[in-house]
Amino acid sequence: MTLSISLTINHVQHALTLDDPRVTLLDLLRERLHLTGTKKGCDRGQCGACTILVDGRRINSCLALAVSHDGADLLTIEGVATGDTLHPVQRAFIEHDGFQCGFCTPGQIMSAIGLIQEAQAGDDPERIRENMSGNLCRCAAYIGITQAVQAAQREIAAADVGEAA
Amino acid sequence: MNRFDYVRPATLPEAIAAGARQGSAYLGAGTNLLDLMKVGAAAPVTLVDVTRLPGLDRIETLANGDVRVGALVRNADLAFDPAFAAQFPAVAEALLSGASPQLRNAATVGGNLLQRTRCSYFYDIASACNRRAPGSGCDARDGENRLHAVLGWSERCIATHPSDFCVPLVALDAVVEIEGASGRRELPVADLHRLPGDAPEAETVLAPGDLIVAIRLPAAAKAFAAHARYIKLRERTSYAFAVVSAAAALDMADDGRIREPRLALGGVAAKPWRATAAEAALVGAVPDRASFARAAEIALAEAIPSGDNGFKIELARRIVVRALVRAASGTPERLPALPASPFAALAGEIDHG
Repeated sequence: MTLSISLTINHVQHALTLDDPRVTLLDLLRERLHLTGTKKGCDRGQCGACTILVDGRRINSCLALAVSHDGADLLTIEGVATGDTLHPVQRAFIEHDGFQCGFCTPGQIMSAIGLIQEAQAGDDPERIRENMSGNLCRCAAYIGITQAVQAAQREIAAADVGEAA
Repeated sequence: MNRFDYVRPATLPEAIAAGARQGSAYLGAGTNLLDLMKVGAAAPVTLVDVTRLPGLDRIETLANGDVRVGALVRNADLAFDPAFAAQFPAVAEALLSGASPQLRNAATVGGNLLQRTRCSYFYDIASACNRRAPGSGCDARDGENRLHAVLGWSERCIATHPSDFCVPLVALDAVVEIEGASGRRELPVADLHRLPGDAPEAETVLAPGDLIVAIRLPAAAKAFAAHARYIKLRERTSYAFAVVSAAAALDMADDGRIREPRLALGGVAAKPWRATAAEAALVGAVPDRASFARAAEIALAEAIPSGDNGFKIELARRIVVRALVRAASGTPERLPALPASPFAALAGEIDHG
């Protein structure tokens, strides 16, 4: 069966035809669109490496059927920087050594961007750890990750106050 | 994953008709179903995508005060709805103790109720499993069964129901609204899941084509808002299923005694387990440790290990006491950083005596 869907991916609209309804958003991004920044770790929703934002919310793209997300707005790691200017979360991960091998990093960064938008954790390290628990890091860079999310949260909150003033 | 047909009905009657066909499965977020399909433990012929059905994504207060939650409301949206969380704090706490933020952002209310057991033999298609393949046997009986059921199990199946959300729902007399071939009906969430008996493959009372369209929290359940908690023991701090869990809710009388208690356990049986006899023992009781320990004894009186899991019975007793202690001391203004975690202990909560 052939299925036509439309997706906005990193601000660009795509008209796509699927020849198989089994395609997940993760496989569509990686295999079809060659956006390989989003990683396939467990492919079972357990590791968080495939985290992307769908309509502004972080989800596991490995457990999302592309065909069911017709019309959705996707943001992946390739779409978060503005030209050569890194996203504040990307910068914070570099400044605070939020990674070692880097495989989980795109998922960590997308999850952190989602977390900051959800505005439930603030810069409380315990709440940040709890709300980043869907992203595993086999190098155990968790201390740096927590510090990076704290720093990015503060920077984004300060920028929001500045804009509001 | 098997090949399947995909349909996305626009109306409820079309969905019900498609869902009633042999081999059809409803697709919500798919966070559990796709996982099962990837390992071959589920192989539907047709996926009936219900995510675009109109009117199933609302949280509304009805004229009689009941709160109705559409089946497509996402777990995170329900937990973070300020009015809902204030009225039913134990439900919000249970939701936030389940899965991960990514999964909670996707997973739906209806899907949470109908998620399947995480018994590893159910997932492993090379293993015998009466629940997945009726009559094939149960490799869990003599296998790795530390986390399996201690209540309501049978020789055919010792799996547990994994939902956190369902535990406070049954404690609070929540109702599930079902649309089926013969129209709309409703039943208590407590009657939705079946114990295994001789037919563990019949996991719920739903008929083919039946679709959960909403749950309803009765207005009377708001009386527990000031004293309602969920506590969940896990093998790691976060992002793990319950070893055992408990929801406790108390309606306190002016004299400081318990007017009406509610108590349910998770991780102990193939369904969320309401502890009605323990509740009866707490009516009119002083909310102290002795009363709670008595209630815990009664709640687990029928418990029998189904394997290497006798320790769960004692853990469940202790978790019941902890849940009641927390409920008695009052619902916190803001949920702790680690929702439902035993690590977020209150002063004096832990009694090692």
